Amino acid sequence: MLIAPSLIYSLIAPILIVLGGALIGVLVEAFLSKAHRAAVQITISIGTLLLALQQLWRIRDLSSTTAAVNSVTIDKAGIFLQATVVVLALVAVLLIADQENFVAQASAVPGSNEEKNSLQEKSQQTEIFPLFLFAVAGMMLFPVASDLITLFVALEVFSLPLYLLAGLSRRRRLLSQESALKYFLLGAYSSAFFLFGAAFLYGYSGTISLSGISAAAGSANNIFLLIGIVFVSVGLLFKIGAVPFHSWTPDVYQGAPTPITGFMAAATKVAAFGALLRIFYVGFAQEQTLWRPLITVIAIITMLFGSLVAIAQRDVKRMLAYSSIAHAGFLLSGVVALSKDGLVASLFYLFAYGLTTIAAFGIITLVRDSSGEVTDLNRWIGIGKKSPLVAGSFAFILLSFAGIPLTSGFIGKFAIFSSAYKSGYISLVVVGVLSSAIAAFFYIRVIIMMFFTDPVNDSVSVVIPSVKSRISIIVATVISIILGLMPSLLLNAATTYANFIK
Amino acid sequence: MQTSANLVWLIALPLFSSAILLLAGKRANSWGHVMATIVSASAFTIGFVEFIAMQSRADENRAVAQKLFTWISVGSFNVDASLLLDQLSICFVLLITGVGTLIHIYSIAYMSHDLDRRRFFAYLNLFIAAMLLLVLGDSYLNLYVGWEGVGLASYLLIGFWNQKPAYATAAKKAFVANRVGDVGLSLAIMIAFATFGDVSFAGIKEHVEHASSTQLTAIGLMLLLAACGKSAQFPLQSWLGDAMAGPTPVSALIHAATMVTAGVYLITRSNFIFDEAPIAQLMVLIVGGITLLFGAIIGTAKDDIKKALAASTMSQIGYMILATGLGPIGYAFAIMHLLTHGFFKASMFLGAGSVMHGMKDEVNMRKYGGIGKFMPITALTFGLGYLAIIGVPPFAGFYSKDKIIETAFNAGGMKGLALGIATLLGAMITAFYMTRVVILTFFGNERWGHKDEPHESPALMLIPIGLLSIGSIASGFILSKGEGLVHWLEPVVNPLKEHHDEFLPPIVVSLMTLTVVAIGILIAVSKYRGDQLAQAPENVSVLTKAARRDLFQDDLNESVFMHPGQTLVRNILNIDYLVLDGLVRAVGSVSLTAGSRLRSLQNGYVRSYALLMIIGALALIAAIWVVTA
Repeated sequence: MLIAPSLIYSLIAPILIVLGGALIGVLVEAFLSKAHRAAVQITISIGTLLLALQQLWRIRDLSSTTAAVNSVTIDKAGIFLQATVVVLALVAVLLIADQENFVAQASAVPGSNEEKNSLQEKSQQTEIFPLFLFAVAGMMLFPVASDLITLFVALEVFSLPLYLLAGLSRRRRLLSQESALKYFLLGAYSSAFFLFGAAFLYGYSGTISLSGISAAAGSANNIFLLIGIVFVSVGLLFKIGAVPFHSWTPDVYQGAPTPITGFMAAATKVAAFGALLRIFYVGFAQEQTLWRPLITVIAIITMLFGSLVAIAQRDVKRMLAYSSIAHAGFLLSGVVALSKDGLVASLFYLFAYGLTTIAAFGIITLVRDSSGEVTDLNRWIGIGKKSPLVAGSFAFILLSFAGIPLTSGFIGKFAIFSSAYKSGYISLVVVGVLSSAIAAFFYIRVIIMMFFTDPVNDSVSVVIPSVKSRISIIVATVISIILGLMPSLLLNAATTYANFIK
Repeated sequence: MQTSANLVWLIALPLFSSAILLLAGKRANSWGHVMATIVSASAFTIGFVEFIAMQSRADENRAVAQKLFTWISVGSFNVDASLLLDQLSICFVLLITGVGTLIHIYSIAYMSHDLDRRRFFAYLNLFIAAMLLLVLGDSYLNLYVGWEGVGLASYLLIGFWNQKPAYATAAKKAFVANRVGDVGLSLAIMIAFATFGDVSFAGIKEHVEHASSTQLTAIGLMLLLAACGKSAQFPLQSWLGDAMAGPTPVSALIHAATMVTAGVYLITRSNFIFDEAPIAQLMVLIVGGITLLFGAIIGTAKDDIKKALAASTMSQIGYMILATGLGPIGYAFAIMHLLTHGFFKASMFLGAGSVMHGMKDEVNMRKYGGIGKFMPITALTFGLGYLAIIGVPPFAGFYSKDKIIETAFNAGGMKGLALGIATLLGAMITAFYMTRVVILTFFGNERWGHKDEPHESPALMLIPIGLLSIGSIASGFILSKGEGLVHWLEPVVNPLKEHHDEFLPPIVVSLMTLTVVAIGILIAVSKYRGDQLAQAPENVSVLTKAARRDLFQDDLNESVFMHPGQTLVRNILNIDYLVLDGLVRAVGSVSLTAGSRLRSLQNGYVRSYALLMIIGALALIAAIWVVTA
């Protein structure tokens, strides 16, 4: 006989609200005429996210390990991570609302008459909004999930919509669809790793809850634990794009519609790192001698690989993809630190990096020629002279990625490296600083291209963004600037909220 | 100490005026020179009022101060932007604003055809402001601001006609030579701060006995270096001749009467340091002695009237520096010579300008001759200046220079003898080259080679010269009457601690001086009387050739500093390019190669990606297995 699970609705309300918004979105697609869908969907998305944020604020001081039986743990760090996802989603949804980047009718074969007709009719694929909300809900569940099954469910809930969204680019559709398929195949593959690892962990401890695995520490059958930890890690490292599980990143970042790339790069990292931090800080903390060397090696390879390969890129989206790989390596230093400082630094870094990333991809959508976005870096030459404000903002974002002082990127890197240093991982700090130096090279090269190279006669221009995109880019950039100048605003909050309960 | 709210206006008025002239642009063309002149005259009026007020007070209450604002406040290091007007600075204030105003008036006429006259006056006002700050600052740091300010004004005015590359180069040369001196001043300030924890004159004077003699010597030598740069003293003298590229009023005001004497002011102001640092003081004497002969010798061979006068300036400042090196008794005589020199040298420079004005800007004295009868007033005033500089009684130079020579002899021993002979020799050469200038310019055959006769300058130019000439005649007598200036300055420069025996009675020294002066005049007259050629003779003695080349000062600088410096810079640049940049490029190219190699992992095939993942996962398991087992 099944017993109805007891749910503390007030604590999981933020997730439920977003899921509800997504379901209403589906209904809107079914029942509302095409002409009104776009406006209604945007309103629902923004309203839902704001409501979720309000609910998060309401529960900011509450905590419970039994919010949904034993599957969800609401605690301070979880609430901070959820709020970060929602804030990033709010900024990203304004970029996504700019339909110019999305396909008119996803089912039309590229190059067919049907596609031309759909373009002429100015159709819109408004399903992106419910898909987007489902992904957000999954991302909110992921960092608060406290057993392996819930983690898997959350993983799939946010991944499946992203696979679809990645294939919806308006231009270069074949490339986009190819990247979506790759993402799906490899994602399914990594999910299998995760599930496999979960099975081994169950075999080792006889439980699927993280606290149970933690409690089982010291029992026999170490090989099950070992394989379990590695395979679960592979599933998560895939999502954050750590080497050697990163291969999908450049292809998908390049192929996906740019606003989706921005959202994915920012919010997926927050969710996946949130889960990773919880698993390692709560579930595997007792087994640190096993996984800390492992994650250290992965972090070192990831930082170096991302920075080195980014140098050789000629496409701005691919370059940022490799840059995001390098940043995943920096963030792994915070996981390895396994301390309060490490958690504070990671929370700060995730928020600051996420905002900067969305702003970066937002600006990329603005640089266009007659056939759409121009991502070839050679054609960005001299943009600083044509559009100093846009190029200046992008330069600032790049400096933040590079970690130049007075930017939020610097504070994040400083915090995360010092936490790793305090925990005794000096090798990580050395490699981290070295690869930051290498990374600075390609960031600054772009700045030089934009400002200090004579423009060639080229039809590339910077379009004046729509109001929504403008708000999104300005908000993201301004908050990044503020966080660079007054980091204590967020650092204090991160310190207060850096707490996992078991 | 009493305070006065007026002091700031001395500086603020010309500074504002300068800013207005520069910012207003062409709109100010019609009235700019008038405003600048009125502002300069106002500054003189303020200075004069302060002077009268100061005279009415007792000796110890004469100095007044004004605190403007707290400039620097870092821990125990506090510097106020404060002004100090005491018996020493008032001399300079009156000289700067007085001579400055006359030269402003002169320039209205002299520069009337120049399209950029407004800019010229803006720079002149800027100079007045900076120079006043220099002499009014109550600490070395405040002085330093003015010091740099006059350097800037000097640079801008030497290169005023910078469309001529040679003039621009001259400005640059002055700038570079001054930078060397400025380094000295900044080092002196740093050492002073390290030693005393204070940079104000009063503060250092109070604690001077706590410092070691090494520290004081170091400060003194650095201050001397600074003075050498600004006052064109050996070995930083080479810029002054080229500085004559500037318009003649500038040469008169900045490069004769005021700015170049800033070194004398600096040493006199720092008397409390030099009096306790005998080595530095000896160096001051040596520098002064060398320069007074060096300048005089160069002066004998110059055909360019302004350069001859510039060499003379260098030599006369050498006298002043030498006097400051003589200790407490010398400071007052140095200042006295500085003031009298300010009058007669300015009047001669303006006279030279007047001659150039009537001679289509010709500066070569070989192309002058017989100008006296065409320009009688200029000739008369120049003649008065001439009598003053060579030291004929009762003209100004007699009183001031005679005192220096006398004091030099009284320094005692071999030192006194050497200094006395050097100053006497200098007086003789001065008489020679000044007579030469006067004869070549105003007497003899007319050599200008064109039909246009020279014409006398307009009244606006002649009146300032005339007024300055009064100074050439009377200033020496007035200043030395009853040892007025000596007593006036006593509270600032330490009064006499020791009294030297007189080496020779004053009257004997005076007679000796007059004798050598007469010899100098006679040699010059015998050599340059009668008709002269319009070209400089080629078959001249080695010494003349050397003097024409400024005693090889530029060759020395170029071969000792410039060429090795350039080679050094070139080599450093090469090292930077090959080694440092090479390293950076190597790192860059290694990274690039590594990047493009690793990039080939990204081949686009899902199967390869999946394979990479499983290899990675297995490798991780294997690695941990090995580590933990």
